Amino acid sequence: MKEIKAKDVTSTVARLCTEANFFLGDDVLAALRKAREEEESPVARQILDQILENSTIAAKDEMPLCQDCGLAIVFIELGQEVHISGGDLYQAVDEGVRQGYAEGYLRKSAVRQPFSARVNTKDNTPAIIHTEVVPGDQLKITVAPKGGGSENMSRFTVLKPAQGRQGVVDFVVSAVEEAGSNPCPPTIVGVGIGGSAEKAMILAKKALLRTVGEPSPDPEVAELEKELLQRINATGVGAGGVGGRITSLAVHVETFPAHIASLPVAVNLQCHSARHKEAVL
Amino acid sequence: MQKIISPISDDVIENLRAGDQVLISGVIYVGRDSAHKRLIETLDRGGELPFDIRGQTIYYMGPSPTKPGHVIGSAGPTTSGRMDAYTPRLLSIGLKAMIGKGLRSDAVKEAIKEYKAVYFAAVGGAAALIAKSITKSDIVAYEELGPEAILRLEVKDFPAVVINDMHGGDLYQEGKAKYKIQPGAAS
Repeated sequence: MKEIKAKDVTSTVARLCTEANFFLGDDVLAALRKAREEEESPVARQILDQILENSTIAAKDEMPLCQDCGLAIVFIELGQEVHISGGDLYQAVDEGVRQGYAEGYLRKSAVRQPFSARVNTKDNTPAIIHTEVVPGDQLKITVAPKGGGSENMSRFTVLKPAQGRQGVVDFVVSAVEEAGSNPCPPTIVGVGIGGSAEKAMILAKKALLRTVGEPSPDPEVAELEKELLQRINATGVGAGGVGGRITSLAVHVETFPAHIASLPVAVNLQCHSARHKEAVL
Repeated sequence: MQKIISPISDDVIENLRAGDQVLISGVIYVGRDSAHKRLIETLDRGGELPFDIRGQTIYYMGPSPTKPGHVIGSAGPTTSGRMDAYTPRLLSIGLKAMIGKGLRSDAVKEAIKEYKAVYFAAVGGAAALIAKSITKSDIVAYEELGPEAILRLEVKDFPAVVINDMHGGDLYQEGKAKYKIQPGAAS
């Protein structure tokens, strides 16, 4: 049994909130530079230049990469040998979000009673927390701020099993094409295939945490990812939606067994400001 | 890149074409979802708007909080489509230019032609870069809305691209068509 103090969870979450919002990952930067090299459209190239310059300014001045600092999506992998002491784990996470968003001058974008009053909670809580209990005595925390522009373009469907692979390809490509300029392309496309409705979407979201462009370890899934990326980049949407060769930097697909009657497919789009930072306690 | 001044004169608007890259200097107003709702409610009541919208430019944006010593926080565009329901009304009373990101409705595109206006996109997510072009920021109305308050900004060389011009040009459609690879074609 390992003891981890709730206050250490809080300070870690606070730090991850600001780091994720200021510093783009090296994998995302490398993918953006590669897109800049390959893009043929002069306007799209100009947009990619601005995106890259923006990341430099954000890191240097410790300014948010995007004014939409997102809802705080927090993934927790809790080792079953861990005991959290001195407080409630989820309260500790929310307190970390509260501190991080205040100290980092990050925008608070959470509104309560979303169908009517839409009153800002003023501290960007509650965080959206996904917890998995895993073997071991470590606590892994990933903070992935998610903006509204890309999240609003999420799509979910349940295909007939007979629609198969082709049905999946057509659904994902049309989701990205119809989203056009809205989700701030070049995007990273998270796809969840299988499970139940909620399982498919969480798979799609988790797929966004993978190192950009790293293929699935399953060769058949990796092949599907490759075809999807090619089809998506053939749509011509391009960076900023102004027309170009690079609409998405990568497609990441995660799968799970499904019911004999179902082929659920979820698409979760990530804008080019693909922010996530993690820590292990 | 073409340098233009906001408020943008009618002859400049007439010469802008979808795909033109511009650097905007001068005065622009900031307003997004809740502010638009309130502006329209004010008009419905027969009230007076908190600023004279005639000839002006509206930027769809909600900044992050301002750090000490800075003019404004990060300040990139938000998705314009959410303002579509309100836009033709504002264009009809004299709004001339909008800056945002993302697709507009057919009704908005028609109103842009009818009222000789222009829709620009700024680069979504280039928020720290765009903040560098903002030299002054003042709250004009609805301070209680926090990041949704109406602001008056002074900007210098704010980077944008023309998406919808008054002649019916639409960069999102034209650009995509230009780079689309038909299924089955060699790539």
